[in-house]
Amino acid sequence: MWTWFHKLASPPHFYRMAGLWAPWFLALSVVGMVTGLYGGLVTAPEDYQQGDAFRIIYVHVPSAYLSLLAYVVMAVASAIGLVWRMKLAHAVAAGAAPIGASFTFLALATGMLWGKPMWGTWWQWSDPRMLTELILLFLYFGFMALRANIADRQRADKAAAVLALVGVVNVVLVHYSVEWWSSLHQGQTVMNSEATMPASMLTPLLLMIASFSLFFGAVLLHRLRGEVLIREANARWVRRLVETTPSMETVK
Amino acid sequence: MIGASLQVVSPSLRPFGTFSTVLRRELQLAYRRPADLLNPLFFFAVVTSLFPIAVSPLPDVLALIGPGVIWIAALLAALLPLSTHYAHDYEDGTLEQYLLSGQSLVAICIAKTVALWLVAGLPLVLASLVVSGSYGLAPSTFAVMSITLAGGSYALCALGAVAAALTVGVQRASAMIALLVLPLMVPVLIFGTRAISMAATNLPAKGPIYLVLAVTLLAALLSPIATAAALRISME
Repeated sequence: MWTWFHKLASPPHFYRMAGLWAPWFLALSVVGMVTGLYGGLVTAPEDYQQGDAFRIIYVHVPSAYLSLLAYVVMAVASAIGLVWRMKLAHAVAAGAAPIGASFTFLALATGMLWGKPMWGTWWQWSDPRMLTELILLFLYFGFMALRANIADRQRADKAAAVLALVGVVNVVLVHYSVEWWSSLHQGQTVMNSEATMPASMLTPLLLMIASFSLFFGAVLLHRLRGEVLIREANARWVRRLVETTPSMETVK
Repeated sequence: MIGASLQVVSPSLRPFGTFSTVLRRELQLAYRRPADLLNPLFFFAVVTSLFPIAVSPLPDVLALIGPGVIWIAALLAALLPLSTHYAHDYEDGTLEQYLLSGQSLVAICIAKTVALWLVAGLPLVLASLVVSGSYGLAPSTFAVMSITLAGGSYALCALGAVAAALTVGVQRASAMIALLVLPLMVPVLIFGTRAISMAATNLPAKGPIYLVLAVTLLAALLSPIATAAALRISME
């Protein structure tokens, strides 16, 4: 198992494997998304209170889930990178950040689109989930800005990793503090708890979450291939790759 | 010089000795550069006097927005000295001496954070009392204001030190520090302003005060470790 792990960490091997896996991830996620959307938009029954408007849940909840998952991936990869000095782990953190930020933005945007017809407002400052997502977006921005502002790549890797770890403690604190804060104002916005969802609604949702995760994996793999190429730009295998790939020759 | 003094006495220096040596140096430097001490205070005074002009001078409005305005102005003012917190030591080589001295870097970081708080945080706590008086906040809130702001500003100094250490020698460091630190301050800000508002309406404010202090304690304990790690990364 360890040899497999070490082999994976070698850049040329990883570059090849990521190239092999990425299309599978993408294909599976597209199939899952099409099925999930069909299930969610067509076969799932209307919500007795929200009518058809609830169907945005099939984009909103997976985005929100992925916005958190991407941060966890980023933080775990940062910790691995700092402790075991594994360069590939830093590349994973760097690659996951913009995807996570995009999902956070998507969760916020779909949440606003959903909130307008349901709660009559685009934005509610006292809602703990909205605020947590917003702060999460800022944390992603900080992580990316710090990376972008440090010219030396190794230093940028490690500095951003420290920041990601500080941020992970904070995400938890922010979440509970905002929840506590808003509980003084009003009861938390009650959403239909998933336990009471009929299977015809829940199954497409779970399928969408799985497909979004696969999509995240596919995009991450693509970004990682790019990261590996940039990081190994002076390595012999990259030069050989550039020489033997006609399309890359023209770019050069 | 500081490096030499640390090295000469290194066998006898325990972490606390390191702490007090660095603390004394920092305070001496601050005393000789009074502008560093006064800039945040002036900034705080100007910002807090702009709000009544811009929002409304009505006593009811001021009493309502007061806690939040004072907190945010104090946080922004306390951000000002962070950009030079480690940058000066980096430029004149002191930071390198600290790393080479063989003394506990965590102790050095704590000493610098404490010094920063004494120089930039504590005066703001005192100034906030004057401002809250002018905003017409009830005198019963003053004690809550001082305690929460004292804790909150220490949390900011501790977390800000991490950001300052991460951005040592980086272009546009001051903007970066603000971007990195302010989202981290949300929990303290929530509990701190809550405590003052509750005290203003004669509700028991102990709960949020304890929470401010708990978060501050967490930041005070964990940040120096992260700061020391960040300095090692930045100086590699």
